[in-house]
Amino acid sequence: MPEQLIVAGGLVIDPASRLEAVRDVLIEDGKISAVGMGLSRKPAFKGVPAIDAKGKWVLPGLVDMHVHLREPGREGDETIASGTKAAARGGVTTVLAMANTEPVCDSPSQLAFLRAKARTDAAITVLFAGAVTLGQKGEKLTEFAKLRAAGAAALSDDGRPVMNAGLLRRALEYAKDLEMLVIDHCEDLTLSNGACVHEGPSALRKGLKGAPWAAETVQVTRDIALAELTGARLHVAHVSTAASVQAIRAAKKRGIRVSAEAAPHHFALADRDIPGYDTAWKMNPPLRGVDDRQALLSGLADGTLDAIATDHAPHGCSAKSLGMDLAPFGVIGLETCLAVSISDLFHKKILTRRKLVERLSTGPAALLGLKNKGSLAVGADADLVVVDPDASWTPEPPFLSKSRNTPFAGRKLKGRAVTTLSAGRVVHAL
Amino acid sequence: MAPRDWEKKDLLGLEGLSASEIESVLDLAASFKTAPPADLLEGRTVAFIFTEASTRTRSSFEMAAKRLGADVLSFSPVGSSLSKGETLLDTFLNLQAVGVTHFVVRHERSGVLEDLAPLLKASVINAGDGWHEHPTQALLDLLTLRERWGSFKGKKLVILGDIRHSRVARSNLFALKKLGAKVVFCGPTPLCPDEFSALGATVEHNVEKALKGADAVNVLRLQIERMDQGFVPSLADYALTHQLTPERVELMKPEALVLHPGPINRGVEIASEVADGPRSVILEQVANGVLTRMAVLALCEEGRSLA
Repeated sequence: MPEQLIVAGGLVIDPASRLEAVRDVLIEDGKISAVGMGLSRKPAFKGVPAIDAKGKWVLPGLVDMHVHLREPGREGDETIASGTKAAARGGVTTVLAMANTEPVCDSPSQLAFLRAKARTDAAITVLFAGAVTLGQKGEKLTEFAKLRAAGAAALSDDGRPVMNAGLLRRALEYAKDLEMLVIDHCEDLTLSNGACVHEGPSALRKGLKGAPWAAETVQVTRDIALAELTGARLHVAHVSTAASVQAIRAAKKRGIRVSAEAAPHHFALADRDIPGYDTAWKMNPPLRGVDDRQALLSGLADGTLDAIATDHAPHGCSAKSLGMDLAPFGVIGLETCLAVSISDLFHKKILTRRKLVERLSTGPAALLGLKNKGSLAVGADADLVVVDPDASWTPEPPFLSKSRNTPFAGRKLKGRAVTTLSAGRVVHAL
Repeated sequence: MAPRDWEKKDLLGLEGLSASEIESVLDLAASFKTAPPADLLEGRTVAFIFTEASTRTRSSFEMAAKRLGADVLSFSPVGSSLSKGETLLDTFLNLQAVGVTHFVVRHERSGVLEDLAPLLKASVINAGDGWHEHPTQALLDLLTLRERWGSFKGKKLVILGDIRHSRVARSNLFALKKLGAKVVFCGPTPLCPDEFSALGATVEHNVEKALKGADAVNVLRLQIERMDQGFVPSLADYALTHQLTPERVELMKPEALVLHPGPINRGVEIASEVADGPRSVILEQVANGVLTRMAVLALCEEGRSLA
């Protein structure tokens, strides 16, 4: 007998199969085997364990294409085990872990180690990005073909931009032949120049060094030109400025193969919201102006921004206590992404339910070429999340993440993952 | 003189003060001129934590503390626990346990005291934090201006120079706006971004236009390192466009004042004959600095006993 489970009576929202209706979902051996009405009442499935999803949403599990799991090198801040538990709690069933670990994930042996670790430790599916350049130094390309053969799901120097345009050009050309996705952290370091917040009135008032919006957009427009030149696919990480959204929108119209993501903190918060010198609000790119935030919302609505990704970046309390200018950049987001997205996008009528699921799951799964993820069609992996869209709650530490650096602590949110399944197994239940 | 309005144990900045709190400091400082106080801080200990160089601010504070009868504990980060990696909070807590009642702190990091001060029983007085605030410098500027003007209402003060990196400019702006003056920020755009207008300043990059009809100008020092950082191509180029020259002084009102928080780079941001000229109140500022800091120390002592 196959191992069976029914998720019964929920509103199934699955853009991949154009479905938005109350259905039962039958899971067999970790795969979706049927989606239909009243399955749980059929004699054939009598005795099959059921999860009651009445009044809830049933979504394909979230695919977060931008996380930092800190393993190896900084296991005190996060590990594959702790980070994926945090993900499961937030309804996330697939993550793409960035390569800026210590050492950097820039070789097949590193990938082999990480994938073996994930097989034993991870609560959900973990994919790994390989670095674009050796040691992420921006000098010499890594061995893309070997990295692909070793299982790299994408290429990125995230944490750092590829500053050398000539080198990025070759990377894109090479990646195109291998059909690999290059993800760029767009930041002109000569413009950001050691800043800790967004350049604007808020930074001026506090006497903090700001990075202008152009530090990102200069690089985004350069990258778009290189994507056009090479015909390669390019993905822009953590878009934060209105001008970047505009540039990406125009590039897509011209048929350039560019995609982009936005992080919950960037579409939900602005620089003027930062309380005093609280380093739980410091990340890179920084929280921008109100107009930038507004542009991200419209970019998510019209699909200029394909995906919502957290840029989950755990840092311990002692590093974060160094003050605004010295503390490391980054905030955690896996446990709050779904709730912030439902609160700020669905309840505020920026996105419909269907579009919300597209940005959180369908879209990023497609960008990463994951045929069995981001969908509840028959045959797909049984990665699924049951969501109470109206549950009110307030995130507070401690979290399942080993770190607690989040600006959303203490913020009232509406919407929450009730149950998360990864390959048919319950990995989170409230 | 209005009734005194002060209940704070700390002075971290002027942005969070009301007009009447600011006036209370100025009133008390002015009263010290004619009636030197008794030993208001007898048995108290003032510690100086300076992670950045300072001569005049520190000596002015030391003089103020001594005139009020306090003991003074000197403390330099070199050879102290700060250089051994002790956190700033640990350093404060230890010195508080030793018996320090007032901390006078200068630190290169903006906002460093905001989270620390509420954790301490002792008073914390900001003697300059990064680019953020230098409240006692602005207060002594205000005292100097008030002695000549009586009131700030409708007065036009130009702050000229490297505004971007200046805590003096910010503290002056926050306070002068509350007191009803008009503040004009003037400097080349890299050192004086237009976005300062969102903070209530009028931004004017052209020095002649900025000075026209002004009641005073506060000239800021141009730090040599700004040249290497590319904010200005050279000191000479800066001087050509923005130095306060005798000719430019004439654009202001006839009785207009010239201030400078020091130290002065003669021939860079200000011509020597202007610094030493009849409108200059630079040395009055220094003298008023001691009185202002006495007032701040005394008020924070009062505020602390209320807490």
